[in-house]
Parts: sequence; structure tokens; C-alpha cells
Amino acid sequence: MYSKGFKPLSIATVVAVATSLALIFFYAPLDADQGFVQKIFYVHVPMAIVALGGWVAGGLMAIRHLRSGDRSWDVRSYVAIHLSIILGVGVLVTGSIWARASWGHWWVWDEPVLVSFLIVFLLYCVYYPLRFSIEDPERQARYSSVFAIAAGAFVPLNFIAVRLAQSYTHPRVLSQTGGDLPGEMRLTFLVSLAAMALLFATLWKLELTSKNAAAQLKRLRTKLNARVAA
Amino acid sequence: MIRTARTILAKDLRLELRTKESVPAMTLFTLTVYVLFHFGLDRSSLDGSLASGVLWVTLLLAAVVGVARLFATEREEGGIDGLLLAPVDRTALFVAKGAALFLFLCAVELVALPAFALLLLGPGLLEPLPELLPVLLLANLGLAAVGALVAALAAETRAPELIVPLLLLPLLVPVLIAAAQATEPLLREDPSADNLGRWLGLLTLYDVVFVLLSVAVFDYLLED
Repeated sequence: MYSKGFKPLSIATVVAVATSLALIFFYAPLDADQGFVQKIFYVHVPMAIVALGGWVAGGLMAIRHLRSGDRSWDVRSYVAIHLSIILGVGVLVTGSIWARASWGHWWVWDEPVLVSFLIVFLLYCVYYPLRFSIEDPERQARYSSVFAIAAGAFVPLNFIAVRLAQSYTHPRVLSQTGGDLPGEMRLTFLVSLAAMALLFATLWKLELTSKNAAAQLKRLRTKLNARVAA
Repeated sequence: MIRTARTILAKDLRLELRTKESVPAMTLFTLTVYVLFHFGLDRSSLDGSLASGVLWVTLLLAAVVGVARLFATEREEGGIDGLLLAPVDRTALFVAKGAALFLFLCAVELVALPAFALLLLGPGLLEPLPELLPVLLLANLGLAAVGALVAALAAETRAPELIVPLLLLPLLVPVLIAAAQATEPLLREDPSADNLGRWLGLLTLYDVVFVLLSVAVFDYLLED
């Protein structure tokens, strides 16, 4: 049910990831100011964008679940949030390495994007204890969806708040979204972003397929056990 | 709906007046946290950003205590079944619980603010009070909306006392940012109202988003 189109998707992912790695190491110019370390930008920023997108997408899928009552949307939302949390760990680690290399500290509180990301990450980490401390499966799906929606709305609000808190004392010098990047860097960045998004989609599909197969297996086993017992 | 909400609110307030459970506990908690901050920071008087930070962190932690108890009586005594069996709108329940939390917070602040001025604050509290009031009210509204939502979310979990603080505190970071930033210039030695409008705007935005969101999703909580 979820495996449709999985093969072309995974091939596209492999190609995109390979291309982006090749571009990062052989094509993109060295940053005049930061040198080689700046290349972590092509991993860090796409990862952060995809993770935030995954969280917001998880919220939208949760809305769909509550509206339609179809629990498969809750599973989709759960897998999206789960993958985004894994990416989130990567974002915080790579961000920390980058901060250490270019500013000399493992953590900088006056980088609003990093700080907002940490807050959002901490919030989403509560998804697991919340979800798995509700036993009734139907209620678990409903409560998880409500959380996913509230947290999804919280993401932009939190970014606004953290940005506002710092914009007066710390003017932003460098735009990270690629608005003023030279052409070669921008191309590399966009390819890396696409590769990360494809990777996310592939992993998402894979996890859904495996969850679906496990559920099916469990159903069959119960049926078999019932027949054997009879 | 308004009538139902008012009835549930009246029940909660009467319960609070008779058992005196939440508000005195929250108030006592704030006083204890002031003492902790006094020793933790080793300062006998605070002003500026330290004062506003201590004040707001304390109030947020007190709110956690209140939120954790918000559905406690219903859960422990089985009153929730009665409420859910009654053919009333879930939104009314949210409005009532949010309003109760809002009033509890206001009551706590009536004691907690003078106590803060007395125990820790260097500059006077009376002078910046007119500017401080809207900050407090808007922050309380946000706390009440998010608090009622989180209380309902956590009510059905195995360990609500664990989920409530974990869930509530990150959600309240924007409130803390706006409230603390708005309060900081007011509590300086020479109080001024820098950027008060923009922080009130942020608090209003937060309140509007979370009140609407909670009203929209509350129907899906506390079903069956």
C-alpha cells in the first residue's frame, strides 16, 4: 500500500545525494572567509529546513487524521515527526560544529535560528513520552494528532518570538537562506536541499512500509493462533 | 455554551474556595522559588533583566503547578465521566478550565508581585505598575489557553505529572520572551517603557493563535 513508486524514488534519492556530495566537494568554491568548514552549511541548512518542513507536514497530516478519522494519517504524521526529530539531532550537532569552527564556541545564544530550533526540538521530544504513555490505540492517535497540530502552529510563532528578542541588539549580517549566495554556491545548496528532501521522503515511505508490514504480520499471526487453538 | 462554561467555572471556583488547593499551593510555591533564587543568585536585591527573569520564570513554574492540578479532581474522583456524559460542548469545558486557570493566576499574582517587590526587587513596583498590568493580563491569557490544552492532553496519559511540565515549558518560551523583555526596562533603576508595544503585540498574537487553536482541537480531546 505504501510501496508504490518506492523504487524510482529511492533511485532518484541515490542520484541526488551522490550529485550533491560531488557538488559540495568538487564544484562549490571555498568560502573566502571561513574556508573548508563552510561546506557543512550544505548539510546543516537543508537538514534544518527539511526537519522543520517535516514537523509542519506532520501537523497537516494530523489535521487530516482528525478530519477524516482515518488512522493511517496518524501513522504518517508520527513517522514524519519521528524522522524530523532524528534530523533535528543532526541539525544541532552540525550547527554546533559550525559554530565552534567559525565563532569559536560550541553554542551561541545570539544565533536566533539555532536557539529557536533547540526550543522546537525540545518540544517535539515530548511527542514520544506523550504518545507512548497512552495505551488505547484510538485515543493515542487522537491525542498525538492534537499535539502535532499545536506544535506545528508553535514552530513559526516561536521563530518570530526568538527573532524579535534578538534583532535589536544583534543585527543579522549573514542571510542563511541563500539570498545573497554566489551562483555556484546557490546551485550546490539547492541540489543539497533537494537531496535531503528526497532522502526524507524515501525514509518516510520505507518506515511506513515496514510499519504496515509489521501490523499485517501481527494480524495474520493472531488469526493463525486463533485457528490453531480452535 | 457560555452558560455551560459559566456553570463549570462556578463549580471549579467553589471547589477551589472550599478545598483551597491550587491557589495557596501556587502562591506558596512562588514564595519558595523567590527564596531559592535569593540563595541561588546570592543577591539580596534585583533589578533590570535579572529581576524580570526571576519574576517570570517563577510565575511560569507556578503555572505548571496549577496546570498539573487543573483536571486532577475530575480524574481522581471520576467527575470527568459525569462531565463527559453530560450533553455539553467540549469547547465550554475548555473555556471554563481556561478561565479558572486565568483567575487562579491573577489571584496568585496579587500576592506574588507584592511579595517579589518586598523580598527581592530593588526599584519600586508602584511606578511601573500601569505598564506591567497589560503584560501580566496578556501573559495570563496565553498561559491559561496553553495550560488548559496541555492539561487536557496530559490528563489521559499514564504520568500526567511528568508530561505537563515537559510539554508546557517549551510551549511557553515565547510568552517568557515577550513578558520578560517587556518587563525588563520597567524594573530598571530608572524605569522606562522600551518597545512595550511590540512585546504586547507578540503576546496578543500568541494568545490569539493558541486560543483559536485550542478551541478548534479541544473537541478531539476528552472524547468517550
